Amino acid sequence: MKYKLLNIKEEAISSIVEAKDLNELESLRVKYLGKKGQLTLLLREMGKLSKEERPVIGKLANEVREAIEKELAKAKEGFKEKLKLEKIEKEKIDVTISRRKKRLGHRHPLLATIEELENLFMNMGFSVIDGPEIETVYNNFDALNTPENHPSRDLSDTFYITEDILLRTHTSPVQIRSMLERGAPIRMVSAGRTFRFDDVDDTHSPMFHQIEGLVVGENITLGNLKYTIDVFVKELFGKDMKTRFRPHYFPFTEPSAEVDVSCISCKGKGCPVCNGTGWSMELLGCGMVHPKVLKNCGIDPEKYSGFAFGMGVDRITMIKYGIKDIRLLFENDNRFLEQF
Amino acid sequence: MLVPVKWLKDYVDIEDISSKELADELTLSGSHVESIISLGEDIENVVVGKIEKVEKHENADKLLVCTVDVGNEKLTIVTGARNFKEGDCVAVALVGARLPGGIEIKKTNFRGVDSFGMLCSLKELGYQDNVIPKHHRDGILVLDKEYPLGTDIREVLGLYGEIIEFEITPNRPDCLSLIGMARETAATFNRQFKLPDVEIKDEVEDIHDYVEKVEVDESLCNRYYTRVIKDVKIEPSPLWLQSRLMEAGVRPINNIVDITNYVMLEFGQPLHAFDLKKLKHNKIVVRTAKEGEKIITLDNVERSLDTSHLLITDGEEAIGIAGVMGGLNSEITEDTKVVLLESANFNDKSIRKTAKSLGLRTEASSRYEKGLDPNLCEIAAERVCQLVEEIGAGKIVKGVIDVYPNKLEEKTITLRPERVNSLLGIDLTVEDMIAYLERLGLRTKKEGALLNVTIPTYRLDLGIEVDLIEEIGRLYGFHNVESQPLTGELTRGDKSYKRLVEDKAKSILQGLGYNEVMTYSFISPRAYDRINIEENSPLRNYIEIMNPLGEDYSVMRTTLIPNMLDLLVRNYNYGVKECYAYEIGNIFIPKELPLKELPYEKRVLTIGMYGHEDFYSLKETVEILLERLGIREVDFIPEKANPTFHPNRTAKILKDGESFGVLGEIHIDVMENYDIDKRIYVADLDFDKIVQCANLERKYKPLPKYPAITRDIAVVVDMDITVGEIQNEILSKGEGLIESVELFDVYTGEQVQEGKKSLAFSIVYRSHERTLVDEEVNKIQDNIVSALKDKFNASLRS
Repeated sequence: MKYKLLNIKEEAISSIVEAKDLNELESLRVKYLGKKGQLTLLLREMGKLSKEERPVIGKLANEVREAIEKELAKAKEGFKEKLKLEKIEKEKIDVTISRRKKRLGHRHPLLATIEELENLFMNMGFSVIDGPEIETVYNNFDALNTPENHPSRDLSDTFYITEDILLRTHTSPVQIRSMLERGAPIRMVSAGRTFRFDDVDDTHSPMFHQIEGLVVGENITLGNLKYTIDVFVKELFGKDMKTRFRPHYFPFTEPSAEVDVSCISCKGKGCPVCNGTGWSMELLGCGMVHPKVLKNCGIDPEKYSGFAFGMGVDRITMIKYGIKDIRLLFENDNRFLEQF
Repeated sequence: MLVPVKWLKDYVDIEDISSKELADELTLSGSHVESIISLGEDIENVVVGKIEKVEKHENADKLLVCTVDVGNEKLTIVTGARNFKEGDCVAVALVGARLPGGIEIKKTNFRGVDSFGMLCSLKELGYQDNVIPKHHRDGILVLDKEYPLGTDIREVLGLYGEIIEFEITPNRPDCLSLIGMARETAATFNRQFKLPDVEIKDEVEDIHDYVEKVEVDESLCNRYYTRVIKDVKIEPSPLWLQSRLMEAGVRPINNIVDITNYVMLEFGQPLHAFDLKKLKHNKIVVRTAKEGEKIITLDNVERSLDTSHLLITDGEEAIGIAGVMGGLNSEITEDTKVVLLESANFNDKSIRKTAKSLGLRTEASSRYEKGLDPNLCEIAAERVCQLVEEIGAGKIVKGVIDVYPNKLEEKTITLRPERVNSLLGIDLTVEDMIAYLERLGLRTKKEGALLNVTIPTYRLDLGIEVDLIEEIGRLYGFHNVESQPLTGELTRGDKSYKRLVEDKAKSILQGLGYNEVMTYSFISPRAYDRINIEENSPLRNYIEIMNPLGEDYSVMRTTLIPNMLDLLVRNYNYGVKECYAYEIGNIFIPKELPLKELPYEKRVLTIGMYGHEDFYSLKETVEILLERLGIREVDFIPEKANPTFHPNRTAKILKDGESFGVLGEIHIDVMENYDIDKRIYVADLDFDKIVQCANLERKYKPLPKYPAITRDIAVVVDMDITVGEIQNEILSKGEGLIESVELFDVYTGEQVQEGKKSLAFSIVYRSHERTLVDEEVNKIQDNIVSALKDKFNASLRS
């Protein structure tokens, strides 16, 4: 009996070790340990053993069973591991493949710049106000103190609809509207489309964009204007950007100034881009609101003063992104738009 | 305005100031420098030489062989020029010389003759074509007289120092002159400004023997000042005068004309010289033209005039268009002996109108139209006479005729010093302010706390107090004004609700893969034909631009669709495989035409695409957009009548029964018009309406506590019945318990009768109060089936 038991153990273990897969293991389990398995059958014969022999053989039998079970479990574990590895191996994919079926749209660089500028001024307490593209001659010129014989009024400069109605040539009429509607004090910016009689080329477009700001209040000074412009330029172009205020002429402001920023390419050292001056020309025009303009808008120039500034957004966009041809902004070529 | 620095030095002492510093400081005081040109920098070893002998070249007909004395040696030089003779002084580029454009002169053999240098033309010396005198243009420079041989040519021509080019703003016509810029320079650097001493040494006879009378139209002519010059000898001006003119950008012509131009550059006053002998009568009558009156101007063009044009006449015939251009009939020529000099002042608006209507803008008219000081007339005319005398171009006739009906007097402006400081945000003393004003030639007088400032008549731009504040500010220097933060309550600015909705819409569309585009507000009227719009459509009530840049940009758009199609087609033609775009922009709807008041500018959202997707993809975009903007219960119903769109693939978008947009595939005819074979899908939505309906507020709703019951239902209906109609019917019978109805199958074919289709829906029932039981859902489900049967003749598909 003892011999038989040891025999079963040896045979079982060697066949488990040689088993090829889980199925074979299962049949081995049945063959040795199942209800009709060899070990089970052998143990049924225990009754025939003597009293002394029984506990000894019983113990041995248990040891044999445990040994076979252990070996089975071990083999099973091995097969499972192998199967898992096989599965993982089979699931290999080529991670270098790109699919890119999802799209995320792109903001138009110019409109994104406008939004950036508006947000910047909003943070400085300016409200964003919109105005119409078609304006009255009054709002666009007269109220802004533009002399009657000023060349900007010519048919060769401005698009007219009738004698009294035109396509606005700047965003300044929104100032007039705001002052008339809201009175003083006021802090506003307005951006939008503007139009001038310019043929299309790489730096001109009959339609372009401006952003314009206006502050009216008590004791507003040229110093306040300088501060506002300085902050804005540094925010937009970086901290090491310098500004230069130089006197200029606009009918609607007095004093008036143009602001140059240090050259974007050389940061003020002087290079061919800036004709060696270190300054890139005319980023914006600004000044203290002309008392006649305030008066035209029902604001007492003795009590209030104010400043205004305006600039071309197309140019700022072009400088910012290094775009050399303004036409690209209006052609909406996907290959252009998707760069931003 | 070109300002040669050495000429400027005639009026203000700036020897110790470099041109760079001059340019920088003048820019900061308001005269913006556009460029600085250095003279003679790239010229070396070009000297004065004298032609001793001229011989023909033995082997070349077109060449001459010259012996040229350059002081220390005599050189053989071969030239192709002909405009000189033995004894002339010329500019000789020696072997080893450098000329503008990087040219180096070497010993050269011309058909067997060695040439040791080159005789130079003005062009070779760096002068621009437009200033080179006509008689010098086709040959070498022949100097006007003898100069020490071997002298550096730069000394002779004044080719040293710098020319500064200024941008002069339209309010400062006085700065379009050397005197004006000298005054600015003096004020900027706090130096003394000196006017030239104008003095005529010798005068003969009497002007009244030459000119009977001068009559002017007082409404259009402020002043007419004349002098007469006799024994005139027309010839080229001396070289110094020619050089100055050329440096200032003016071409020398002859001595008389050159002097009038010189004085115009110097004082800013246009002057004109008439050949007095050519006048029919010895008088000047300044009057408006008769309708249809004609004159041939100096440029040899016959011009037809009307009664708005001001003429200079001799009492009979027009001899010039006032302030614009002289007449050919009284032109100065080589034979001119007696000159009538005009130094006049005309109404600026009239000159502007005349120049514009004749399309003839001249140096004179562009100066007059900006407004000139009539008190300049006298000194300018006298200065001309002085120079004529100095260079011996003629004799000055004694006396003047000065008709000055509209005398311009100096005016006084009262300035409040505290206003200066409060507007500029600086802290100047009254004495500082007085000093700045007086540097500009303004005279001040203190009156209590106020300053009375007398304005010379040449400063026509100074009219009110704030103008003086600017003058003080710019001399103090805007760059010296300290930045001061805005004070007052700290608020964040805001944006209109409309703009907030727009920003939100943009970010949703961006998330859905659409690129933002931007197109012109004006389009071609032909665009309406291309998108198939009927002749009588209100879309064709567009606003026309009076002076468009061309037909393509001539009408204000009433739809964004043509621009959208243009850009999609353009991208397609560029080979872009798929394109997703949207534009939010204005359309312009007139209340009446022609326009009496401003039109309604309506905001529109147009979405366009082509690629691998279809109608349903675009519809999904619109649905998501509206849903995320809080716009619910939107209906999409078939739209067959829109001529731009495919009649069977287009939906009208409704909210509360009102249409606010359209969505669909572009009509085959339109695709043909655009010559594209790719299907294009476009949605066009009234954005103002979207803003009105949008709701950006969000409130939390409790998550469902009770389970849902899902039932499927398949019905067979006629082909024409839409899914939308059935969905709405199902929802309406749901007793508020239906959470969603989704179509999951459309089937036609076997087992379904011809002309019919089978639609399968999945209906989710849920209550927020209790767990639903089968019985009540079954009941609703039965109601739905019978309602569909009644309404759509639908049968259940087994």
